[in-house]
Order: sequence, then C-alpha cells, then structure tokens
Amino acid sequence: MRLFGVLGALVAALFFGSLVIGPAGLGLGESLRALVSGQGGAVVLVMQEIRLPRALLGLMTGAALGLSGAAMQGYLRNPLAEPGLIGVSASAALGAVLSLQTGVAAAFALALPLAALGGAAVAVLLILGLAGPRGGALALILAGVAISALAAALTSLVLNLSPNPFAAMEIVYWMMGSLADRSMDHVWLAAPFLVLGLVLLASLGRSLDALTLGEDAAASMGVNLARLRLVLVGGTALAVGASVSVAGAIGFVGLVVPHVLRPLVGAQPSRLLPASALGGAAVVLAADIAVRLIAPDQDLKLGVLTALIGAPFFLHLIWRLRGSEA
Amino acid sequence: MTLLSLDNLTVRRGLCPVVDDVTLTVEKGEFVGLIGPNGAGKTSLLRAALGLLPHEGRSSLMALSPRQRAQAAAFLPQGREIAWPVSVEALVTLGRGVHPGAGSAEDARAVGLALDRMGLQSYRARSATALSGGEQARVLIARALAQDTPLLLADEPVAGLDPEAQLKTMEVFAELAGEGRGVVASIHDLGLAARSCTRLVLMQAGRVVADGPPRDVLSDDNLARVFGVRGFHAETPDGPVFQPMGVVR
Repeated sequence: MRLFGVLGALVAALFFGSLVIGPAGLGLGESLRALVSGQGGAVVLVMQEIRLPRALLGLMTGAALGLSGAAMQGYLRNPLAEPGLIGVSASAALGAVLSLQTGVAAAFALALPLAALGGAAVAVLLILGLAGPRGGALALILAGVAISALAAALTSLVLNLSPNPFAAMEIVYWMMGSLADRSMDHVWLAAPFLVLGLVLLASLGRSLDALTLGEDAAASMGVNLARLRLVLVGGTALAVGASVSVAGAIGFVGLVVPHVLRPLVGAQPSRLLPASALGGAAVVLAADIAVRLIAPDQDLKLGVLTALIGAPFFLHLIWRLRGSEA
Repeated sequence: MTLLSLDNLTVRRGLCPVVDDVTLTVEKGEFVGLIGPNGAGKTSLLRAALGLLPHEGRSSLMALSPRQRAQAAAFLPQGREIAWPVSVEALVTLGRGVHPGAGSAEDARAVGLALDRMGLQSYRARSATALSGGEQARVLIARALAQDTPLLLADEPVAGLDPEAQLKTMEVFAELAGEGRGVVASIHDLGLAARSCTRLVLMQAGRVVADGPPRDVLSDDNLARVFGVRGFHAETPDGPVFQPMGVVR
C-alpha cells in the first residue's frame, strides 16, 4: 500500500511539474491562476490550451502503456512481452501515416488520430480472426508479429513512395512520438477509448493471478480463458490505439515499467496492474518534462528519449535473464 | 455421496480415441489411484472430466458453472508452472480465489492448514520460483489443498518428489479421503498406489480395464497384460506392500 502512495504522489508531483515547466517561462502563481481562471489572455491560453492537454495526455498515455504492458506480460507469463506485441501500435501508426501521406491529416485537426484509431481497430479484427476464439497464447503472439510486420512494411512503402521529402520528414517525425502541440480536442478524442481500455485491463487482475499457475490450473479455478484473451486484446487495443493516435509511438514504457515494479509488488499480477499504470504515467510525464528541459529549442521527441533510456535497460534485462536461465 | 460421475466419456485426438467410453463414479471417502502405462489416457481423462478438453459423453462437473466447478473440484495439473516469483503464501492463497470474500478468516485458516499439511510453514515468505523442483511441487499441492474442495483431481502429484514427500503427500490425500472428500490421483508408482489408495482404476489404451481394491487390480494377470511385469505382494504390520519384480515380455 505504501508503494501505491509513493507512486501516486510521484505522478501528482510530475503532473504538477508538467504544468509549470515550459518555454513560456511563466511564474508559478501566475500559471496556476491562469489554469483555473476563465479569462482570456496569453498566459491563460498557454496553460489551458498547451500545457494542460500535454500533461493530461502524458498521464493518460503513460498509464495506458504501463497497464497494458503489465497485463500483456501477465497473460503471456513472459517479462519480455510488451503492448505492441499484438500489432496494435504498428497498425495505429500505419493509419496515421496514411492520413499524413494522403493529406487527410491536414483536412481537419482530428483526422490523424481518427485514422490511427481506425488502424488499431483493423489490427484487432485481424488478430481476433487469426488467433481465433479458441487460439492460445502462441497463436496470439504469432498473429501479432505477422500484423506488426505487415503494418511496418506498409508504412515503409508509404515512405518509399512519398512524393516529396517534406511529407516523408513529417511522417518520420510523427512516428518518433511526442506530446508537443496537442490540444484539448486530442484529450477529448482519446479519453473515452483510453479510459474504457484501462477499465477493461484493470478488471483482469484475479484472472492473471490464477494464470500464474498455467492455463489448465487457471481454467480449473474458474477463469474463462477465451474471455480473458478477448478482454486483454480489446483493452490493449483501446488503450494503446488511443495513446498512439494522439502521441505516436512511445516505446519501451510498456516493457520496462512492469519489469521494474514487479519485485516491489511481490510479483503478483493483480497488484502489478495498478502499480504499472501509475509507474507508466510517472515515466511518460517525467520524460516529457525532460525533453522540454534538455533541448527546449530542438523539439527533442519523447519517443526518442524513452527508447534511448529503455533500450539499454532492455539489454540489461536480457543479460540478467540469460544469467538466471543458464 | 457421489462426487464425480463420468458417463461414456470419450476424448478424440483426430479420429483416434485417447479416452474411450469411460464410465466411472467417485464417492465420498475414496482415494482413487489412476494407474496405467504412459499414453493410457490418464491425463486426458482428468482434463476432460474438468472440461479442459473437448469430449463426448458426460462429466457431472460440466453441469456446474465454472465458478461452482472450481468450488467443487480442485485440479493439480501435471505441468508444474509457477510463472512469477510470488511468495509461497501468496501462491497457496491463489487457491482461495474461487471462494467469495477474499481475505476472510476462513481463507487464513485454509491456507495455514494447507501449509501445515505440506510441511511448508517455514517457507511462507520464500519466493516460490527460488525453491527446488520438489519443493515447488509441494507448494502447488498446498495451493490445491487451500482451494478446500470436496473433490481433488491430481495429475501425477508425487512424480519427482523425495521419498518422505511422496509418503507424506499420499498420507495427506488419504487423510482428505478420511474426512469424507474424494481424491483421484494418477500415479506411476504402483507401490505407493497399492499402499495408500482405497481403490485403483487401471487404464490401457483409453479404456478402463480394471477397477477395484488395489490387491484385485494389481493381479498377476493384469500386471502381465497391461504393464508387462510380474509383481510381489506382501502384508506387513505397516500395511500392504507391492513391488514390481521383473519384465515378462
């Protein structure tokens, strides 16, 4: 319980930090007053239309990535699993890339995130079709790998055929993942899907606990494995699809956060789920503050930073696993 | 009272039946040893009885909802899987998840009793995955005991245990039967089965070929026909002793 208190306080502090840190150089009191006041003016605009949506999106996407990572690892009983494994991230990215390429993204503000959500939806239909209602964990992984590979190939094709270098650059930058320049419209678009996904995934705690003993034991303890897989895939698609649609691809959070927190919750999946949601939110909020502080003028991308920190950590994880299995 | 009844249960793998038209009942107070050579269909029979395998025929457990079934029968699978380094106590407590009211005094009592029975009280706080294979097997048995069901179905519960843990586990299962529960355990060690079970069910090629008191099922004829071995029986002050002695074919 103390861990949840600490994580909650950390998320609250980082959320607050995300609100008050930025290039506009506003005073602390000034910016907080602007957040609650209804009056117009530059400061109010910065706070309500730039920083608040950015902080909210950091909170939501971080929680989505952390929670879906913990749920995916619990379901596959593998600490190397991550939410992108079922192909939702790659497909959502493909949807976004297509909207950029075709110019639909420029037609109205939410065209790109809507296209990304569409991509995620197609991936879910494909994966449920391929892995079937009776398929096991292996079928799910293989279908996910195939869908990811196909989506990545199609994304490359779009880049390949891109008529001008600027369009290609825009696509590449978008794919790096960022929370900069998002509006409250993005928040309102993503929130319903994301929250529904979080609620679905958070309901899986007891089933994932039982699954610690394997599929047969869990089924004999009353766990409906087909329903578990459906809720897992649906919840992950909603949460991760919505988060990719507004923030692009933010790698390694869903992989690393559950892994770091696992020993702190006694390795129980039901306790790891909420801890990873909080931990994911903290990591994304912290990374998003860091990109503003490290290179305020360079527009350093959030996804680049999380991958820069996450990939070496992943190597460390593999190194340790290798040692324990030898 | 009948705790389990199977009627004409058949499991097919492709066209070939791996469990072939088995009819069987298990009453309160019975400790049934399910014996037979590798591939006789013991595991498939247990899994089908619980609805974990598609089957024809009827298992009385399938008339229950999944939740009721989990409260009626605990299952100890052959594959001993512990995916995460949870504590022994947390793992054994998983067995309580099938009952309403988590964290109740009844949960604490059942977990304590299960740990006592498997001699694991001093292991409570240890990480389950850090234990030896045999110790993990005992922890998993304790989990099934903590589920506190009228019926326990165990697939090779004593395989790979040291002699003390084997005898202890068989004693615990016999105690459960003595309390009026039913236990069905597939067992390869015919000596242990003969010593502790109240009844043996002998399977061969998916069919039940003998069913009754251990001394009758382990007849010279059955042993030669099904296992291809001769056996030695003796009555001792410590109970019946059986030992396979030699290969006959």
